Amino acid sequence: MQELTTTRHNLHIDPSMTVWGWEIPVYLFLGGMVAGMMIISGYFLFSKRYRETNCACYTLPLISLILLSVGMVALFLDLEHKLFVWRLYTTFQIASPMSWGAWILILVYPVIIANLLMGPPPFLANKFPKLNNITTFINQRPRLIQNIGVANMLLGGLLGVYTGVLLSTMASRPLWNTSMLWVLFLISGLSAAAAFVHMIAKNVKERELLAKADNGFLTIEIFVIALMLIGLLTSTQVHIDAANLLISGSYAPEFWVFVVGMGVVIPLIIQLLAVNHKINHTPIAPIMVIVGGLILRFIIVSAGQYSHWLNAHFK
Amino acid sequence: MARFGMVIDTKKCVGCMDCVVACKTENNVPEGYNRDWIVTAANGKFPDIHLEIQTQRCNHCDYTPCVSCCPTGASHVEDFGKIVLVEHNKCIGCKACLAACPYDARFIHPDGYADKCTFCIHRVEKGELPACVSVCPTHCMYFGDLDDPNSEVSKLLASRKNHSLIPEAGTLPRIYYLT
Repeated sequence: MQELTTTRHNLHIDPSMTVWGWEIPVYLFLGGMVAGMMIISGYFLFSKRYRETNCACYTLPLISLILLSVGMVALFLDLEHKLFVWRLYTTFQIASPMSWGAWILILVYPVIIANLLMGPPPFLANKFPKLNNITTFINQRPRLIQNIGVANMLLGGLLGVYTGVLLSTMASRPLWNTSMLWVLFLISGLSAAAAFVHMIAKNVKERELLAKADNGFLTIEIFVIALMLIGLLTSTQVHIDAANLLISGSYAPEFWVFVVGMGVVIPLIIQLLAVNHKINHTPIAPIMVIVGGLILRFIIVSAGQYSHWLNAHFK
Repeated sequence: MARFGMVIDTKKCVGCMDCVVACKTENNVPEGYNRDWIVTAANGKFPDIHLEIQTQRCNHCDYTPCVSCCPTGASHVEDFGKIVLVEHNKCIGCKACLAACPYDARFIHPDGYADKCTFCIHRVEKGELPACVSVCPTHCMYFGDLDDPNSEVSKLLASRKNHSLIPEAGTLPRIYYLT
């Protein structure tokens, strides 16, 4: 027998940690999806697809800005000492992924805005006519556009990677403490972004391309999930317990049904049939991918907080 | 430079919670929260059973994941005694340090900042003992410099069997339990 009794009952700490509620998973999801959108839009700029007027690279920046801002509002809501938020920008803590993230976000905005200014939406262009000068300046310089594309891909990559590193550096939470987590979040962000572009793209070629790309991302995601679980299962007892939370434990039904089943496997099958012209393209598959990505963040954040070094000792 | 730590004799501790009350009183710990607490750990199978009463708190680890994850530098290691502290007016309440602590020793104070045991640094700087140590009726708690081989804590650790909590988490905690 092994039994622990404690007199401690701190709020959101006991009996198991629940300090991060809905705000962090929503932010991690939106951050990941915006990262994916920046990479896709950046690729379109770099590969000169922007020459087609209905290219998604003209619609994605505004959507990215809105989604990222919603994510940052969620992040702000999560802070308990909100009036001190400015403290993030009075220092750079090299060992803190959250500090890296705060500064990456500061760099992400101007890069998305540069992309936006290539073809600002009519309501912006009409309200601020001087924007046309900047738009003309950018559009006369193909190399600049390519560089904006590279900057979008680079910072999108950093943003996507950081959302995973933020959690994986916490050795105290065995489920998060895997170097596969950033790969999972980056690939999941890319697949959610590809699904979104697939859904809204006006250009038929683009829609087809993004459906194929999403199939690639979803296939990789299956392998990444498998490798992450294998990595945990071949580690220490606490890591095995952490993996079992997802495989057969209390988070298993949501994980297998909503993340793996409805978030990856079923949309992959639907989209494989669509790109092979067996069925028409449908928004159902992209919606499932996006919702699956959101639920993945919720499960990882919640199960990660639950996973603990003591769990291996007391069952 | 001192490196403060604590040694707790589990053969003497009776779990009276005087240390808990002293801490709450000394540090104005808000109702419903604890900077220190009592854990009763039972191991084994009857009749070969072992019971250990532990007074627990922040372990003021040598390797501090709570400090390295802090985005503002609010969580820091004080030069004086290498005590791990939180600067309240730098803390944004992001809760990263709460998640990073394998001992779950931190909590969010109702005023919004991360809070935890300070080894009563305001007392120690004046040459006094932390409140929990000073009130212990069985004198089971010892506080001192772990880097000084002649300190009481170092001598106890050299002469008695002891263990720390969750050493496998790799944070090198500085609270030891004599068994």
